Amino acid sequence: MTAQRQAAKATRGRARNSVDAIAARWRCRAYRRRILEISQQVSALHVAPAFSCVEITDAIYHELMRDADVFLMSKGHGCMIQYVILEERGVLSRADLDTYCKPSGRLGAHPDYGTPGIAASTGSLGHGLSIAAGQAYAEKLKGTDIAVYCVLSDGECQEGSTWEAMMMAANLGLDNLVACIDNNDFSGLERMSEGHKAFYPLREKAEAFGWEAVEVDGHDGEAIVDAVRSRSGGRPMLVICRTVKGKGVSYMEHVPIWHYRSPNAEEYRIALLELAEGS
Amino acid sequence: MRNRFADTFYELGKADPRLCVLVADISPAGSIAKFRSEFPARFINTGVAEQVMIGMAAGMAQRGLRPFAYTIATFALYRPFEMVRDDLCYQNLPVTVVGIGGGVTYSTLGGTHHAQEDIAIATAIPNMSVIAPCDPAETEAATRWCATQEIGPVYLRLGKAGEPDFTSRLADKFAFGKLRHLRRGADVCVLAYGSIMKMAAEVADRMEAQGQSVSLVSVHTLKPLDVEGLAAVLATHRQVIVIEETSSQGSLGTKLKALAYECQAACRIRCFSLQDEFIHVYGDHEAVLAAHGLTAEAITSAVSRPV
Repeated sequence: MTAQRQAAKATRGRARNSVDAIAARWRCRAYRRRILEISQQVSALHVAPAFSCVEITDAIYHELMRDADVFLMSKGHGCMIQYVILEERGVLSRADLDTYCKPSGRLGAHPDYGTPGIAASTGSLGHGLSIAAGQAYAEKLKGTDIAVYCVLSDGECQEGSTWEAMMMAANLGLDNLVACIDNNDFSGLERMSEGHKAFYPLREKAEAFGWEAVEVDGHDGEAIVDAVRSRSGGRPMLVICRTVKGKGVSYMEHVPIWHYRSPNAEEYRIALLELAEGS
Repeated sequence: MRNRFADTFYELGKADPRLCVLVADISPAGSIAKFRSEFPARFINTGVAEQVMIGMAAGMAQRGLRPFAYTIATFALYRPFEMVRDDLCYQNLPVTVVGIGGGVTYSTLGGTHHAQEDIAIATAIPNMSVIAPCDPAETEAATRWCATQEIGPVYLRLGKAGEPDFTSRLADKFAFGKLRHLRRGADVCVLAYGSIMKMAAEVADRMEAQGQSVSLVSVHTLKPLDVEGLAAVLATHRQVIVIEETSSQGSLGTKLKALAYECQAACRIRCFSLQDEFIHVYGDHEAVLAAHGLTAEAITSAVSRPV
């Protein structure tokens, strides 16, 4: 069954409050399977960084964004999840994803501005939040009610430029800017909580920079949606999403090598079993 | 130059609501202050934070605005270099990065404030256009072009203040990507851009006094270079002299020599630029240029000597 059909089936599930958590779980499982499917075609892939922000990206696209709103994947290496959702929505084609990282295709391992559905070229970390702030400010200046949703990695919060953007977004009162940090606690090399202890606490830092900030379970889409919908406004909003790198496949979870590796045939088989429809 | 840029931007900004200016804690000259008080929402001071200045400008351009990011050249281009490259150039957005005080204009402030490699750096980035006007009138024309173009990012390199007028009464109008002849002669051609045009004109005067027929050309667009125009200059002059306030590495001079080789030019080419070194000399602009070997007298004497 294709990811689209899976998701369509899931969408018909029973709604709990405004967010249908069961449908979201089905969708996210289908997205992970599709990402793994693509991982079998090419070796250059960031499976684990995409898996940690599946629920965040799904919550933004399916629950929070209105048509004209903007989604900006600042952690460019997580873009597979965005590609898969854009495929489901018909913004990208199946052929686009099947030619991922191939000379005949147009999708690379980092998103490119100009590709349908992609708000900015990212990949180098610490750029996205400034760009998102500029976009949000432009929409305010134009008098629209367009909101900008930006997904950050925790690692890129080590970049000084991210904090320049934090400060400016608050200075400008960008209440149409929502940033979600995929706080999987892993940068490329090591755990932030071990190698960079001063990185925490995050929420207090964001609040000190003038943001409204909350911490949620980043694999609970409903919690993310609730946090954003209940924000008090007047300020930019930061949702610190506690996540698990490689979430959904047991042998990938918290294992740094999956930042870069693609599963081999046997690993792929095991992963699919763990992510099977009925599990 | 700085004031003419501000006057022109203010005038254009009144008519075009897409025009915005972002500064990084630099006091806005003349009419930019007027722009700020009349259109406060379209003036953003990011503070001492150049990376967000460039990043925000990119985001604003993506949503239909036409931002100018304005600060001292070193801080406009070097400090946020990767934002200039990735956010503006890689995404090919119509944002103008205005670098004030290109070269060693800030002559008493030392090497941290000298943009002496900016031409090499800016011209090396794909999609980037680079313009360095030579006087206030050319600054006005260049600013108008920047504010209305849709091609992509531009590095607009300006001097500071006090540049004499060379172009306001010129028949040859500013055209992006085209050489501009300030004088036409038959023997020697002096090529220059930016505020060092004053020295270039003096060299031209001195050579004319020696009985030579001298062309003086503003190469205001450093990228894309007017290859055809330069080839014509090489073909029609016995000697071509390049005077530029930038490092010899990646300079107009090196590019001209490469072009001369390509088109098998027979003329002699002499290049005068900043030295490829940090020179710890403080004084007025002329003094620092002189420390780099750039005076009208030294250049004239060098080119007058047979090699």
